[in-house]
Amino acid sequence: MNSIEHISDFVKECSSHNRTIKISGSGSKSFWVDSHADQLLNMQDYAGVIDYEPSELVMTVKAGTLLTDVNRILEKEGQVLAFEPPTFGGEGTIGGMVASGLSGPRRAYAGSVRDYVLGIRLIDGIGQDLHFGGKVIKNVAGFDVSRLMAGALGSLGVITEVSLKVMPKPQYEKTLRLSMNESQAIHFMNQAASKPLPLSATSFYQGELRIRLSGAEVAVRAASKELGGETLENADQWWQSLQNQTASCFDLTKPLWRLSVKSTAQPLGLSGQCLIEWGGAQRWINSEHTPSQIFKVAQEALGHAQLFRQGNPAQPLGSPLATSLIPIHQRLKKNFDPKGIFNPGLPGNF
Amino acid sequence: MDRNHLVNLLSQCLPRESILTNPEDVKPFETDGLSAYKQLPWIVVLPTEESQVQAILRVCHQNKVPVVARGSGTGLSGGALPHEQGVLLSLSKFTKIINIDVLSRTAVVQPGVRNLAVSEAAAPLGLYYAPDPSSQIACSIGGNVAENSGGVHCLKYGLTVHNLLKVRIVSIEGDILELGGDSLDAAGYDLLALVTGSEGLLGVVTEVTVKLLPKPQLAKAILAAFDDVEKASSAVANIIAAGIIPAGLEMMDGPATRAAEAFVHANYPVDAEAVLICESDGTPDEVADEMDRMKAILESSGALELRYSQDEAQRLKFWAGRKAAFPAVGRLSPDYYCIDGTIPRKTLGYVLKRIYELGEEYGLEVANVFHAGDGNLHPLILFDAAKEGEFERTEAYAGKILELCVEVGGTITGEHGVGVEKINQMCSQFDDPTLACFHGVKACFDEDGLLNPGKLIPTLHRCAELGKMHVHHNQLPHPHLPRF
Ligand SMILES: Cc1cc2nc3c(=O)[nH]c(=O)nc-3n(C[C@H](O)[C@H](O)[C@H](O)COP(=O)(O)OP(=O)(O)OC[C@H]3O[C@@H](n4cnc5c(N)ncnc54)[C@H](O)[C@@H]3O)c2cc1C
Repeated sequence: MNSIEHISDFVKECSSHNRTIKISGSGSKSFWVDSHADQLLNMQDYAGVIDYEPSELVMTVKAGTLLTDVNRILEKEGQVLAFEPPTFGGEGTIGGMVASGLSGPRRAYAGSVRDYVLGIRLIDGIGQDLHFGGKVIKNVAGFDVSRLMAGALGSLGVITEVSLKVMPKPQYEKTLRLSMNESQAIHFMNQAASKPLPLSATSFYQGELRIRLSGAEVAVRAASKELGGETLENADQWWQSLQNQTASCFDLTKPLWRLSVKSTAQPLGLSGQCLIEWGGAQRWINSEHTPSQIFKVAQEALGHAQLFRQGNPAQPLGSPLATSLIPIHQRLKKNFDPKGIFNPGLPGNF
Repeated sequence: MDRNHLVNLLSQCLPRESILTNPEDVKPFETDGLSAYKQLPWIVVLPTEESQVQAILRVCHQNKVPVVARGSGTGLSGGALPHEQGVLLSLSKFTKIINIDVLSRTAVVQPGVRNLAVSEAAAPLGLYYAPDPSSQIACSIGGNVAENSGGVHCLKYGLTVHNLLKVRIVSIEGDILELGGDSLDAAGYDLLALVTGSEGLLGVVTEVTVKLLPKPQLAKAILAAFDDVEKASSAVANIIAAGIIPAGLEMMDGPATRAAEAFVHANYPVDAEAVLICESDGTPDEVADEMDRMKAILESSGALELRYSQDEAQRLKFWAGRKAAFPAVGRLSPDYYCIDGTIPRKTLGYVLKRIYELGEEYGLEVANVFHAGDGNLHPLILFDAAKEGEFERTEAYAGKILELCVEVGGTITGEHGVGVEKINQMCSQFDDPTLACFHGVKACFDEDGLLNPGKLIPTLHRCAELGKMHVHHNQLPHPHLPRF
């Protein structure tokens, strides 16, 4: 499908025959979420940059564009996607990036995908071509439907084009390593964030806290003196391995849970390897605990949990929604996709 | 619905003295910051508890009575304009800062808390709340959420939506919904983002958890004078292109500069045609470094004069004129009308020139003071409402400017919202299917359309009528410009 008309006709056709559609970018996240539907809509052919002017800090791209291509184009102009989205094997598409709503190590300090979405073009469940938001940094005309699409896993429509805010690449980076235990690390990460320091990523794993600083060289140097610790060599490798989950701390033979919790939450006390990111707000656990145990722990830590990887084919599983919010989710789904044809079986289909 | 009957029902929700109906009591609520629109409220309620808000909304829902929420009433698009047969729900008694958590850097506040009060309360802890609308001494956090307000520092630190963690709203059915969470993301759809900027159409905000940031060690500002707005505009683009994200990047044109100078005596260069205020914050070394880079760019872009803040007092003085620019311009003429379009930065010079040209065509003066780094314009049109036809001419001129913003790839509102004011221009920015989708989103939260009806989204019928009119007069050149 290489044009909006094609995609729209395809959706109209499926809709009129009540056929369900699996929207697919490159399939790079199918280990996490996957849908079984009557028809496959592969977005990879609808690719390319529509508009990019570095001094506007905005890029508009077609949804099938590979994230690695976008990163390369930005790199040439000294710019980046500040939320460091995972590229999972180098194949992720921009549409998949927005739909999944996943952000990388810098999320706690620079914001998430949804924070950088400025506008979205969307084909809804009856094949209509809709435009939300725009290409400028500030825009409050109409409801902010663009950001609603971030993390909705394609359940509300086919994202065809996206405008994103981009940022200058940090001038200088340095990663520090400090030894301490888990609760000390949680405290340290939160305390460091309450000082005016150029933090850009944090992790804690097996007794080692790692802190990345990014910004003007003078500021990074001053901050690194203040925080102490040793310099980590080849730090880029470490942060990329977290971003794309290639680090050895992700044991892919066991279920991998993602817990999104209050950053100051105490160690969760679950058995299994725990990796902490985002200043304490994101915790990964390889664990055989039952889902209900994990959900309970996540709730006590004022957050929620998602099963992110498991040995067998993906069965999306996450903390239940507050019952008060379910009717609104159902109605929103119906508003955008009245016949319920998009991505059956994925979260977002209520 | 009979008013007395409704008052009786409401008296079961909150004390009778918190329900106002006398014309002299309700008069202060007849308008918000956009005083061109006035409507005496039918009934005003001033609850003090969330449970009262729930009860009020239940009564209104059962009896199909419209409800307009109101914070401090500083909105500039008529968002809080009362409904002639509705209840005006003021959140002004919800002024408690419930909790500030230093370690997690968050504050939980009630919706009526003033924006500046949050930063003041956090200051002893070395923290502050970043979005700083120029109205921050008065506007409420609930209003900020409803408008997704910005400020002079939002290029670097984001808008309201970027600085929220959780919002509690009461639905029109009277149910409490918690959107977002204490973690950085929540299960389900991003309803927090959807509700931010929804202008009171989806629910009534009763509690807000905001993120606080550490106060930068140092902030310094440069004041740069230019003899031409186009040169100043390219300086703005050049700064961003060099990879600098200044803490603030604001522009005032000649008329705005002179008005501000006459008002606050900030020692602005009054013969300049454009003044930029560029702020840098961070560690002392970092600031020194960034100031040097900005200096070089400003000079090569044609700045005639550069001044550097030597201390905090002087920095604040640079800002004093900028922050008081609206009232300052207000002194030049009996009335002024503020516009809020956002445009791609590269079109700044062109759009400003067109604004002046259009001003001559309409015979109206204009002063520009705005968030240049964001491309968010605030042309202030000077007029005299007492003169026959002048307000109508002003509105027509304003409409032209907004259409110009859409034409160059921008939007009709960057931060002040649509309200009642820009409802017609929504028809030129969005096509019918998209507008219909907005109505659908609204119905997901409020099926009967009772929350702030007539604001933010025009009916398709209205757009069709407007379209006919415009085509007839052959005035609207690009009725449905694509924005991608
Ligand atoms: C001099 C001046 C300068 C300004 N500068 C800026 C600026 O720099 N940036 C900027 O963004 N804005 C600015 N504004 C506009 C205005 O201050 C903001 O829009 C502000 O957020 C409005 O807050 P408020 O409490 O006054 O809201 P109100 O005017 O009372 O209401 C605004 C809207 O929010 C809704 N609302 C209010 N409270 C709630 C609630 N609790 N729940 C649900 N809905 C609610 C109302 O229904 C209405 O639609 C300025 C205004 C003035 C007068």
